[in-house]
Amino acid sequence: MSSKTQSSSSMAQARRTVQQLRIEASIERVKVSKASSDLMRYCGEHAKNDPLLMGIPASENPFKDKKPCTVL
Amino acid sequence: MGEMEQLRKEADALKDQITAARKAVQDTTLEEAAAGVAVVGRVQMKTRKTLRGHLAKIYAMHWATDSKLCVSASQDGKLIVWDSITTNKVNAIPLKSSWVMTCAYAPSGNLVACGGLDNMCSIYNLKGKDGNVKVMRELAAHTGYLSCCRFISDTEIITSSGDCTCILWDIETGTQKTSFAGHQGDCMSLAVSPDFSYFISGACDFTAKLWDIRDGNCRQTFAGHESDINAIGFFPNGQAVITGSDDATCKLYDLRADQELITYQDSSIMCGVTSLAPSLSGRLILAGYDDFNVNIWDSLKAERVGALAGHDNRVSCIGVSADGMACCTGSWDSFLKIWN
Repeated sequence: MSSKTQSSSSMAQARRTVQQLRIEASIERVKVSKASSDLMRYCGEHAKNDPLLMGIPASENPFKDKKPCTVL
Repeated sequence: MGEMEQLRKEADALKDQITAARKAVQDTTLEEAAAGVAVVGRVQMKTRKTLRGHLAKIYAMHWATDSKLCVSASQDGKLIVWDSITTNKVNAIPLKSSWVMTCAYAPSGNLVACGGLDNMCSIYNLKGKDGNVKVMRELAAHTGYLSCCRFISDTEIITSSGDCTCILWDIETGTQKTSFAGHQGDCMSLAVSPDFSYFISGACDFTAKLWDIRDGNCRQTFAGHESDINAIGFFPNGQAVITGSDDATCKLYDLRADQELITYQDSSIMCGVTSLAPSLSGRLILAGYDDFNVNIWDSLKAERVGALAGHDNRVSCIGVSADGMACCTGSWDSFLKIWN
């Protein structure tokens, strides 16, 4: 690559970087307190339906091998 | 001032602007906000099934949306579709290239995809007329290895590559729809948002990027990790991103606050994170590590609340089924295990 092509491609790269940073700088941001409370609320609302969190009763667990019961 | 110098100054000013804007909304931390929340009690899961059949390291697995079937990819050159409840092999698909690094199940259940050092994403039709599973498309354009792929539908798939880009493909025509460039290092992992409008990528430039699928733009970039990001996933509400890195930590970044909220780390953990998956509610994060274990984290409190020990080699992949009933781990020990 000639030095002229090199400098024009790094110029193009620099322009792309600035353009990208402009996009990222322009977004609206929500307060961390609101973001946190929304995450916490989501976890709270869905906790009781989260099988790995709540545990699964053996009778409702399709992965648990059903062993025959012996009456002693 | 030359244009180059001007551009450099503008870039620095914009970076400072972003840092300041992030700080301006930092009225608290997730740690403080969750101070009143009790830590989740100890989580204990057992291996319910072991899926045996691969003859070499397993590199990837993905659940089907029915929460019963799953696909795994091994460097024994096979994709296996398993019935996780009966442990039967539904399909054993021989691959042209055994150097596979990723696999995916289409939401419809009709297709699976895989790819790796062949730089291609191969799409297989599981529901072909004569019952044989055949290659339907070979998506070739990446100039580096295929690290991850995820279906949007039966007609679109997104791939990430060691060539530092991600691509959205039209499966029917086998052509690129959109190329997502911007990462300065190999893209290692990707995840699609629950509403299919965004995807996130994690890369060896230590950053995660949020991309708009339709317009091809990178909307946000998240830094903070001190090494390669190997694993990435969406928090179930689609508003936060979880990353796992060679720096031995996982991080949670909130998309609307545009910043890291918390880091999941422990001084006793010194090896890289290979894979991660949140539980259905997002309260638990299951992360696979190079030390053969899976650690279970309370996502709000950043405390380790459990572990899955049972593999005899690196845990390379992990997935929680869509109904949240089970976690599947795949390992270099050639086995998959189903836990709950």
